[in-house]
Amino acid sequence: MLEQLGDELKKTLRRWTESMVGKDLRARIEKVGRRENEFGVDPFGFDLQYALAAMAPFVWLYKQYFRVQTFNIDRVPPGRVLLVSNHSGQLPLDGAMIAVAMLTEAPRPRVVRSMVEKWVQTLPYVSTFMARAGQIVGTPENCRRLLEAEEAILVFPEGVRGLGKTWGQRYRLQDFGLGFMRLALETKTPIAPVAVIGAEEQAPSLANLKPLAKILGFPYVPLTPTVIPLPLPSRYRIYFGEPMVFSGRADDEDAELDKKVATVKATIQSMIDEGLKARTHVFR
Amino acid sequence: MRPAVVVTGISGNLGRTLARLLHRRERIIGIDRRPFDGKPKDVEMFQLDLRGRKAEDVFRRNDVQAVIHMGIMHDPRMNEEEHHSFNVVGTTRILDYCARYGVKKVVMLSSANVYGPSPDNSNFLTEDAPLMGASRFSGVRDLIEVDMLAHGFFWRHPNIQTVILRPVHIVGPNIKNAPSNYLRLRHPWVLAGFDPMVQLIHVEDAARAMIEALRPEAKGVYNVVGPGEVPLSAILRELSRAPIPFPHLLARPLLDVLFTYRLASFPPPELDHIQFLCAVDGSRWVKDVGWKPRYSMRDTIRSVLDE
Repeated sequence: MLEQLGDELKKTLRRWTESMVGKDLRARIEKVGRRENEFGVDPFGFDLQYALAAMAPFVWLYKQYFRVQTFNIDRVPPGRVLLVSNHSGQLPLDGAMIAVAMLTEAPRPRVVRSMVEKWVQTLPYVSTFMARAGQIVGTPENCRRLLEAEEAILVFPEGVRGLGKTWGQRYRLQDFGLGFMRLALETKTPIAPVAVIGAEEQAPSLANLKPLAKILGFPYVPLTPTVIPLPLPSRYRIYFGEPMVFSGRADDEDAELDKKVATVKATIQSMIDEGLKARTHVFR
Repeated sequence: MRPAVVVTGISGNLGRTLARLLHRRERIIGIDRRPFDGKPKDVEMFQLDLRGRKAEDVFRRNDVQAVIHMGIMHDPRMNEEEHHSFNVVGTTRILDYCARYGVKKVVMLSSANVYGPSPDNSNFLTEDAPLMGASRFSGVRDLIEVDMLAHGFFWRHPNIQTVILRPVHIVGPNIKNAPSNYLRLRHPWVLAGFDPMVQLIHVEDAARAMIEALRPEAKGVYNVVGPGEVPLSAILRELSRAPIPFPHLLARPLLDVLFTYRLASFPPPELDHIQFLCAVDGSRWVKDVGWKPRYSMRDTIRSVLDE
């Protein structure tokens, strides 16, 4: 009986998604490359029908709450690609917004896979939700496999450093990890730089309550004006840059990779600065 | 004298399936402590313990070209010492005979369980992934030790073709291992909120893989995958099971009590298999022997239903 409840709920949510995205959702789904088996899942457990239902509240956020505007989304190349973006806003809604944009607005609709931390696998319900929605455990082997299957992976090299940063650090890129560059070189994958403007203001963090974070085992606990980091309706603007192709040895020493990563970081920082200059109002 | 293939553990369900598929092509000599029910006439059978002296006679008196070693026990209720001795000493003996009597091919049945289910696992573990199966389940220790013994043998005897097969969960009618028993329950336990991808292989496909391993192209360690991977919930739905969800923090202590008092036959660490991933990449086996399972995913799942 619980099964049927689940199925009815999924159908209702899918209808909601379709009503928000419009008639061309079906055509878009057709265009997306699919690798599902007779049980409707791809080798990593991604279930498109589930994802279309699960994304409904995020599509609502996209259209009605954050009123996302995208710029140059057509620059994302077909085939394998690493979308590399700044990360902010305490809650990783920026990832969800990029994913919705790539499915519902890009001329070449893509299902974007983003990486989850290994510890998410220990959480009931969240772990299953992530898998069915196409998110994967961020091991190098998993990423390599997906890129070799010409899929699109979304990476936030700042990680929790970017997410949890306090208001004083807003729009200043934190340290980048090197992993994504190694992956790009190994699999010869182009990098599509992305800059998200507007996520910082959704939950301005006045302080990081480190002792509390330690007790709870969380990477950070923000103190926001709304106490719990429920997002404010800032307007999201997502800028997509020209694809960057790097060549070289993936097993090069860190110093070499650092140089390449610095180029990507500088590109994204300049995209952020331009986006901020062009912005006239945070919430409109 | 016609060259023979020695098969240990032949009286088990997997062994009997293998014998049925192979006995017309090769001369089979079976070794097992248990009797072989329904033994084909052309299969010679010796009811022996590999650790005893009589087992060596099989090698003395016959021209043994190949050995398929399935004589490994996995019984969570067996006394640990006996369990360990049977598996490790038995394997050591048979590998010793293979070396001394010029056996050309050794096929060892291991299992993908050696990697162990873990939240840290990638979705497709390759053969060089560390064997962590024993970190939360001491019962798998023997299996890992035997896998390692075969590795050592492989390196010490480069002129002998050693093949170590690590198949995914083997299921089938009459198979009585943990996965098959679990799937036969009307109301299997599930851990609430967890639904890992699971890989299964039909017993006949597993037997065929061991026969394929006799080919000269097969050498070294291989993960053997069936028709693919599906979420656990899809398997249970296919079998029309009504699973009972348990909160994961409660399930382990509860099962511990039930297992201790013999009200359940699954040791608590087995719960990891319905919570975390333990799935493998089988492309090396596909590349070397052109492997293709004969049973579809649906048929493999439904095979637990037949009797």
